[in-house]
Amino acid sequence: MSAFWLTITVLILSAFGAYAGRAQSLRVAGGDARKLHSLPKYYSSFVALGVLIPCLFVLVIWLFAQPKLIERGAEQMLNASSEPSLVMSDVRRVADGLGVAVAQGALSETEAHAPIENLRDVLGGVGVALGNEVTPDVLSAAQGMRAQEQRGNQFRMFAVLGLAALTLVFGLSRITPEFRARNAVERVVLALLITAASLAILTTVGIVLSMIFETRNFFGLHSWKDFFFGVKWAPNFRGDSELSILPLLWGTIYISLIALLVSVPIGLFAAIYLSEYAGPKTRGVAKPLLEILAGIPTIVYGLFALLTIGPLLLNTFGSGGLLGVEWMSGATAVLTAGLVMGIMLIPFVSSLSDDIINAVPQAMRDGSLGLGATKSETIRQVVIPAALPGIVGAILLAASRAIGETMIVVLGAGAIAKFSANPLDAMTTITTRIVSQLTGDGDFASPETLVAFALGLTLFVLTLGLNIIALYIVRKYREQYE
Amino acid sequence: MKENAMDNIKISAKNVQVYYADNHAIKDVNVEIEDKTVTAFIGPSGCGKSTFLRCLNRMNDTIDICRVEGDILIEGEDIYDRRVDPVQLRAKVGMVFQKPNPFPKSIYDNVAYGPRIHGLARGKADLDEIVEKSLRSAAIWDEVKDRLDAPGTGLSGGQQQRLCIARAVATAPEVLLMDEPCSALDPIATAQVEELIDELRQNFAVVIVTHSMQQAARVSQKTAFFHLGNLVEYGETNQIFTKPSDPRTESYITGRIG
Repeated sequence: MSAFWLTITVLILSAFGAYAGRAQSLRVAGGDARKLHSLPKYYSSFVALGVLIPCLFVLVIWLFAQPKLIERGAEQMLNASSEPSLVMSDVRRVADGLGVAVAQGALSETEAHAPIENLRDVLGGVGVALGNEVTPDVLSAAQGMRAQEQRGNQFRMFAVLGLAALTLVFGLSRITPEFRARNAVERVVLALLITAASLAILTTVGIVLSMIFETRNFFGLHSWKDFFFGVKWAPNFRGDSELSILPLLWGTIYISLIALLVSVPIGLFAAIYLSEYAGPKTRGVAKPLLEILAGIPTIVYGLFALLTIGPLLLNTFGSGGLLGVEWMSGATAVLTAGLVMGIMLIPFVSSLSDDIINAVPQAMRDGSLGLGATKSETIRQVVIPAALPGIVGAILLAASRAIGETMIVVLGAGAIAKFSANPLDAMTTITTRIVSQLTGDGDFASPETLVAFALGLTLFVLTLGLNIIALYIVRKYREQYE
Repeated sequence: MKENAMDNIKISAKNVQVYYADNHAIKDVNVEIEDKTVTAFIGPSGCGKSTFLRCLNRMNDTIDICRVEGDILIEGEDIYDRRVDPVQLRAKVGMVFQKPNPFPKSIYDNVAYGPRIHGLARGKADLDEIVEKSLRSAAIWDEVKDRLDAPGTGLSGGQQQRLCIARAVATAPEVLLMDEPCSALDPIATAQVEELIDELRQNFAVVIVTHSMQQAARVSQKTAFFHLGNLVEYGETNQIFTKPSDPRTESYITGRIG
């Protein structure tokens, strides 16, 4: 029975449990629902959830665990090869191909277990292409794997269905008029919510772990001194690449800084206007409009940088441009990416600052106005100082978005890693290099590719740090007024 | 005696109407408030007493939908005249709010806020003096003199409210408006603030809005009773609480309405 049909069966059993739970509860109460501790629907949910959750849990675990165990077994069977991962992928492919062939009728089940002569043609005939001829030991490993899989699936079916029957009977047997089904269901709901919450955290942990793992591989192949303290970014395929993060970090910080210089004043002023001066009508129109800006995909901003801002700057600062200077040689530059990223961040900064300024109690404004201060005096001397920690938090959040931003810099900043203070130079950032190192057709196990993970991890640590500080500040600020 | 009282009029309101959009919140109120006297506004919630109080320093201007008609004269000058700058007016008519609202600044800067924006001090020494005088007149100097640099938000509720009173006093106002200044305070802090209000009477005309009739009886010399936007009765506090002339006033102070 496939996992799909198994799930359907469990669902049906659980639905039956829901029905039977309700019927049983009414039966033990002698038909009078008032004698029960809980409403009949709680007994019904209790039995249904009691079947559903353990069975699906076991099924999911099984789906993850079985292939791992079988592959480990097959690996031990082969054991001699020099490139275990490559051979294993062949074995995997042959095993899957045999399954397809049986399903399409090109092979019978017994044929699939016997040695096969022209395996490549047979599998080619059902649409599974194999790179090279299949050696007998790969074939036998694949067949062994398939047999184990079939046996495993059978066990899985018995285990899950058995568990379903068991939990169904157990659930029904628990029902008495005194049984507190309502409280039991409450606990199950709580457990579900906790699971959902911890999944988000576990995913983060998983991401970090996978990054750490690949980063360790990278540092096994490349010196960490060069990565953190070198001065040059020059990947090549001769094996003597210089892969230092510093020029990339410089580009990243420079572009982010320009983006913040653009977005913070404009965003903050927009927020002050919206929260302090604009009437409800203007606010009702302007605020959603600003927030729509926040929803524009960053690739669109990237195109804007590439097609509009870049040429505009080039026509101003480039040779033959408006100023008659030759400061800029191409449309991609730190300033191009920085300006556009700044525009992208304006709604982000203004929306957050607006919330924070609005959280300053009206009493504070009244106090200042009541002393004869004007509106702008009140804003400058009372509202902004009161909101300052929150605004700093908002700026840090914006900074961490700027540092992690990818598409705008890919299209707008250029690809040259260097230390330069000229904002009209093309430079590159950490994110751009991650993209280009991973999208090339280089060997995955080479330092030139793996460096992407080290870069990614550094970026992650950087933005995580910024976010933690920012959230801490914002939270501290919120507490002040609650 | 009658002549004397007339000379003593600080604020005189004539035919004041207030509308919030279509809602007629204050209906034709006429009242004369005396200088160096505590006047209490009492009445059930929503009766318009706070709204009327906020007309006296044009705080209602900050609410878009609010419209005020009629004349309010402070020492004979119409404060709703076009030549009057509401910002200047509010320095002359100080206000203390329901909830203590110290600014997130030091105690010193809180009190110095008004004098600084109005340029009242000629130098640092002068400003120091204004701050000390204001804190003394708000009866909080002894408690805070050693920590003027500490944040005003770190004080207790009663201390915060007295700090806010010091802040209002620092701009040298002629009238002090208090909108339920004790409603967020415990009984001990309330007693301190009430004592302070009695002292402030020496120098200012004090108008206090209060929910507590005992408080009105304790601190005020004159009482005005508002009901549904009307000024029902206005007179000596003693008389209002012992021999009210209007049956609605009597119902309110005996607890039958409100």
